[in-house]
Amino acid sequence: MGLNLTQKMFANKLEHDVWPGEIYYLEPDLVMTHDHQGPMTIREFESMGDIKVWNPAKIIFVMDHRTPSQTLTSVENHQKLRKFAKKHDITRFYDVGEGICHDLVAEHADVKPGMIFIATDSHTVTAGALGLFATGIGSSEMASLFATGKVWLKVPETIKVVLKGNLQKGVMGKDVALYLLKILKTGGADYKAMEFGGDGIASLDMADRMSLCNMCLEMGAKNAIFPVDEVTVQFYREKGLEITPLFPDGDAPYERVIEVDLDRLEPLVALPFSPDNVFAVSQLDKEYPLNQSIIGTCTGARYEDLKIAAEILKGRTVHKGTRMLIVPATRAAWLRAAREGLLEIFVSAGAMVNVPCCGPCGAYGMGVLAEDESSITTGSRNFVARMGAPGALIYLSNSATAAASAVAGKIVDPRNYL
Amino acid sequence: MTTEIKGKVFCFGDDIDTGQIIPGSYVVLTDPYELASHVFEDVAPEFRSQVEQGDIIVAGKNFGTGSSREHAPKAIKYAGISAVIAKSFSRIFYRNAINIGLLAIVLPEADKISKADRLTILLEQGKIRNHTKGEEYNFALPPQIMLDIFNAGGIIPYTLNVLKTRC
Ligand code: SF4
Repeated sequence: MGLNLTQKMFANKLEHDVWPGEIYYLEPDLVMTHDHQGPMTIREFESMGDIKVWNPAKIIFVMDHRTPSQTLTSVENHQKLRKFAKKHDITRFYDVGEGICHDLVAEHADVKPGMIFIATDSHTVTAGALGLFATGIGSSEMASLFATGKVWLKVPETIKVVLKGNLQKGVMGKDVALYLLKILKTGGADYKAMEFGGDGIASLDMADRMSLCNMCLEMGAKNAIFPVDEVTVQFYREKGLEITPLFPDGDAPYERVIEVDLDRLEPLVALPFSPDNVFAVSQLDKEYPLNQSIIGTCTGARYEDLKIAAEILKGRTVHKGTRMLIVPATRAAWLRAAREGLLEIFVSAGAMVNVPCCGPCGAYGMGVLAEDESSITTGSRNFVARMGAPGALIYLSNSATAAASAVAGKIVDPRNYL
Repeated sequence: MTTEIKGKVFCFGDDIDTGQIIPGSYVVLTDPYELASHVFEDVAPEFRSQVEQGDIIVAGKNFGTGSSREHAPKAIKYAGISAVIAKSFSRIFYRNAINIGLLAIVLPEADKISKADRLTILLEQGKIRNHTKGEEYNFALPPQIMLDIFNAGGIIPYTLNVLKTRC
């Protein structure tokens, strides 16, 4: 029997075939922490005494959650991380203002196909879009990894998702994720890998793939993974890197196969308070008025998200009574949007544009909601109190829907605005 | 080694996410006792004053979903909770709990247990005794590596042992 993509990631490292259920100790190719889980990681690491990190060249630090400098505690945390990095010769340090960790490691090609990438963030699964094994762990385990260079991993069972047809205008990778959440529900892919394939993947650009892999975490997935196809090869070629395509074997084992017909997929929205409470925007039972619309977070604030939002907002204005906040995921995305005039379109339409950071994803210093307010967001979570008061309503959508809905002041189908 | 844990039960429902366990605004903190003082602050503010050392949380499916913050299991542990029993856990929470020395047990029949029931967990035997109801439930043990980490007191003491044997 052949190997699926996740098995291949393990097999590549171990130089022998592996099967679901087996447990291995591995040395990751790359690890990452950030200013939210980093301080705890350092605390635990230092509790082990005056020891050195196993390999500073394989460690990345990112200041993205509590940035720009928000409170005294968050600034002190940034300082702690800078000092630790200096002491341990960790030079791969993305400081305040660079952007969100998951976007940065892709944009800068820190992560490459075939790697084992471990980070102290649940959405580490995002990087699987680039054809690698990427998963999250907690701070103490990262402290242990810093010390030993090893992590134990169980080879997961894989759910295969076969995409057919083509993604339509106004429909994005985020909608594929919401569709799968509707089927699998939160926890439906617990401990499992999700592997994407089928002819339809060709119509998903890297931004779509990253949003999709990102939200597999909300299904509980351990990792999500795309094959290394022409889209991936092109993505790296633009960064001056040549990579080799990689596909699963034809007779690889899958626990379950789900087919998605992209031709028929519509813009979807997750209503409060769970990412799996999913409905088609065109079929909503009533009006959903909005106090706020957010284009931000590692789930939907890449250049492609900004571009489609600008397409919708051009010559239109944000609804009175609805505030719109746009937070590009990285400095490079911000800069490109600035150069191409997208930021001017946003500000002219009445939106606010902020510096790259996690910000509105979890009420980190911006985009906070009051008890009786509601917001649509391109983020990944609409849990109780995620963006402020426990009663505030959060709706999850793609960036086109968030932009069109900002104009309408209520949730609307973006296809009528494109 | 036998690990017997006794305590009375606090019940929680399905999909309790890490943000409900410890709100995002406290993730900037690292002191476990400080974290514990804010446990379940938004969703069950009474919990903190009612919990006694050794008590047990029993929850529905997908407990600990959401962020990777180990602040969540730490807030629970340092509030006095000795174990969390749930129908299912989100992966990172489960791993984090064991890594910081909080027992996490997957029990599909968790809803047979009610608030204030008195339980004894016999870890090595994979058994939970419900003294209030006179019932017994069996659970599957986690992989040996997780038991080793838990029995060492968490992944930090476990790692210290690994480092010691290396040099
Ligand atoms: S944007 Fe949100 S989901 Fe992404 S890393 Fe930041 S806090 Fe986590």
